[in-house]
Amino acid sequence: MMLAMQRFFLAALLLAAAAVPGFAADPQVTVSIKDHQFVPADIPVPAGVKVELIVKNEQAVNAEFESTTLHREKIVQAGSQISIFVGPLSPGAYEFFDDFNQATRGRLVVK
Amino acid sequence: MLATAIIVFREVLEAALIVGIVMAASRGALRRGVWVGGGIAAGVLGAVGVAAGAGTIAAMAQGMGQELFDAAILFAAVLMLGWHNVWMARHGRDLASNATQLGHDVRSGAQPLWALAFAVGLAVLREGSETVLFLYGIALAGQGGAVAMAIGGAAGLALGVAAGVAIYWGLVSIPMRQLFTVTSWLVLLLAAGLASQGAAFLMQADLLPPLGSNVWDTSFLLSDQSLPGKILHTLIGYTAQPAGIQVVFYLATLVVIGVLMRTLGPGAPHRRPTPNTGNAVPGE
Repeated sequence: MMLAMQRFFLAALLLAAAAVPGFAADPQVTVSIKDHQFVPADIPVPAGVKVELIVKNEQAVNAEFESTTLHREKIVQAGSQISIFVGPLSPGAYEFFDDFNQATRGRLVVK
Repeated sequence: MLATAIIVFREVLEAALIVGIVMAASRGALRRGVWVGGGIAAGVLGAVGVAAGAGTIAAMAQGMGQELFDAAILFAAVLMLGWHNVWMARHGRDLASNATQLGHDVRSGAQPLWALAFAVGLAVLREGSETVLFLYGIALAGQGGAVAMAIGGAAGLALGVAAGVAIYWGLVSIPMRQLFTVTSWLVLLLAAGLASQGAAFLMQADLLPPLGSNVWDTSFLLSDQSLPGKILHTLIGYTAQPAGIQVVFYLATLVVIGVLMRTLGPGAPHRRPTPNTGNAVPGE
């Protein structure tokens, strides 16, 4: 009985966490754009949970984070950072790029 | 320089295609050049303003300001294009029958060009602000030299405008009688595509559920990033890997505007033996 209750509350808490963007429980991963490269270029991300991806543009030029598979498109001004919520995702690699310089590419590697 | 040209071209292309279609859809209307030109000018001014305030916009709504702003612009454009189509469904027949004096009267001012001008302004605003942010960043960083950037930017702009002119000339070669049927379909698909883009931004802001992150994947056939893919993306809202919610918004827009066109349009001819008498046109 106690265990069932605990499980119920845990599940409810997880659901609430998943529904609210920016809730502290969402794991964060950070990627930087430096010299037209994503650092790191491959970002490991857990499967099945919502993740907050923080993109820092450490260049002097503006960038636009974009991913057609993730349906995300957001300008990251020079010297600033943005956050993007993705997921819950199923395992696999999800490519993203800088729309202002398409040679700049990286991947979310979901495991 | 080439990279600059390509990026500016891609940004300008969508707005230019929309302007080309709008110009064809308003063929024969009095002072349409002033209206559409005004829309473009307002869009360019707005784009510079939005680019200047991009940091402020981005920080709004807990960091989701960009998404909400883009979605608002896209849905406003959908409303304007939908309004145009419904109006055309009511009056298109009179517009096409250019032999009659009545048709001439309709052409010479009754068409609510403000809706089209607004749609053009919004398209230019959205694509223009990205172009300004891209170019301004390069200019500020002093990369590649100002001259190369200016040449690249101008070349990209010229190419984009050429695409808009090309679609315009292609459309106006259609006989007047069929032209507005074709442009109505194009505007309808355009609106549905913009609604699908708007839904993607609301999904990104976590205000809409994805309803399946990739309903299908045709990127092996035609990528969104290729030139034909990009053109089809603008014209009919093609997306290689759409989320379910995008498909829902696309279809809902088609159905809602289509039904309004049918129910508010002329329908059976006997309903209006003397076309366009005393039909109040909102916005006049």
